[in-house]
Amino acid sequence: MAVTTYKIAVVGDWQSVMGFKALGLNTYPVTDSEEARETIHRLAKEDCAVIYLTEQLAAKLGDVIDRYKDEMTPAIILIPGREGSLGIGKSDIQRSIERAVGADIL
Amino acid sequence: MANINVNPTRMELTRLKGKLKTAQRGHKLLKDKRDELMKQFLDTVREVKTLRAEVEEELMTVHGSFTVASALMSSEAMEQALLYPKQSVELTMSTKNIMSVNVPVYEFHTKTKSDSDIYPYGFAATSGELDTAVDALGKVFQKMLKLAQIEKSAQLMAEEIEKTRRRVNALEYVMIPNTQEAIRYITMKLDENDRSTTTRLMKVKDMLLKEALEEQRARDAAIARRAAQN
Repeated sequence: MAVTTYKIAVVGDWQSVMGFKALGLNTYPVTDSEEARETIHRLAKEDCAVIYLTEQLAAKLGDVIDRYKDEMTPAIILIPGREGSLGIGKSDIQRSIERAVGADIL
Repeated sequence: MANINVNPTRMELTRLKGKLKTAQRGHKLLKDKRDELMKQFLDTVREVKTLRAEVEEELMTVHGSFTVASALMSSEAMEQALLYPKQSVELTMSTKNIMSVNVPVYEFHTKTKSDSDIYPYGFAATSGELDTAVDALGKVFQKMLKLAQIEKSAQLMAEEIEKTRRRVNALEYVMIPNTQEAIRYITMKLDENDRSTTTRLMKVKDMLLKEALEEQRARDAAIARRAAQN
């Protein structure tokens, strides 16, 4: 398997993503969910392997996340934004368990 | 019930028996695949859960540090300090195969080697809190990448398990019973044909015998009559 270089993107409000810029990640500060939607679609077309998305935005972008769930790239990983965790990341794990097993077993 | 309109021929029976055998073997294999995938998946999910909890907690601490830092500095100065990163990260992705599911394996390389050399700003104009925050974020990032890898693996495996589960169920509850039903139907039909052929032959034999008997009787009677005349 060929090894290619990919980008790591962080999408969220400016306050939450600015720290990642210092680490050398590609940050995409967005202000509303529409902008985030477009950014994610654009990043998915480019060579972006991991997209970190704040939960505050993810709450409104369920369809986009589901759309890329079954594809190899990008992996959309939810992180808590500055306002705190909404528990969407955790419930997403729960959902994938339910999907696989057909029942909630954990 | 579904494909009861099969041709009741021996040829079709052989074909269906072959099909049933294949279906049963496939069913067994898929079931094994599903069980093994499920085992791997549950291990991965447990790992994801603990790692996610850790990452979320640490990230909240980092956000806290950033909040403190931004309280001590103006937002313009903050933006300026973080505007041009010194560090750059390159991600390489290869794939690993877990029970025919391709899952990603990430590896990342940073441009600057030492961890202490990541601050993209001079220390004069910024607060010390910012250093702490950036430093902590650098540490969390390692875990975040690991999280990305296993969480994506879990998602991809969940999809594969769902697919496999559907296939197993389709084979177990639709394909195999239907084929068995069709085989039973053909066998019964063929047996019925055999029986009807046998009875027909017996009937024909009866009729032939009766005819022969009557002929014989007629001949015997004729001979008896001639003997009586003489």
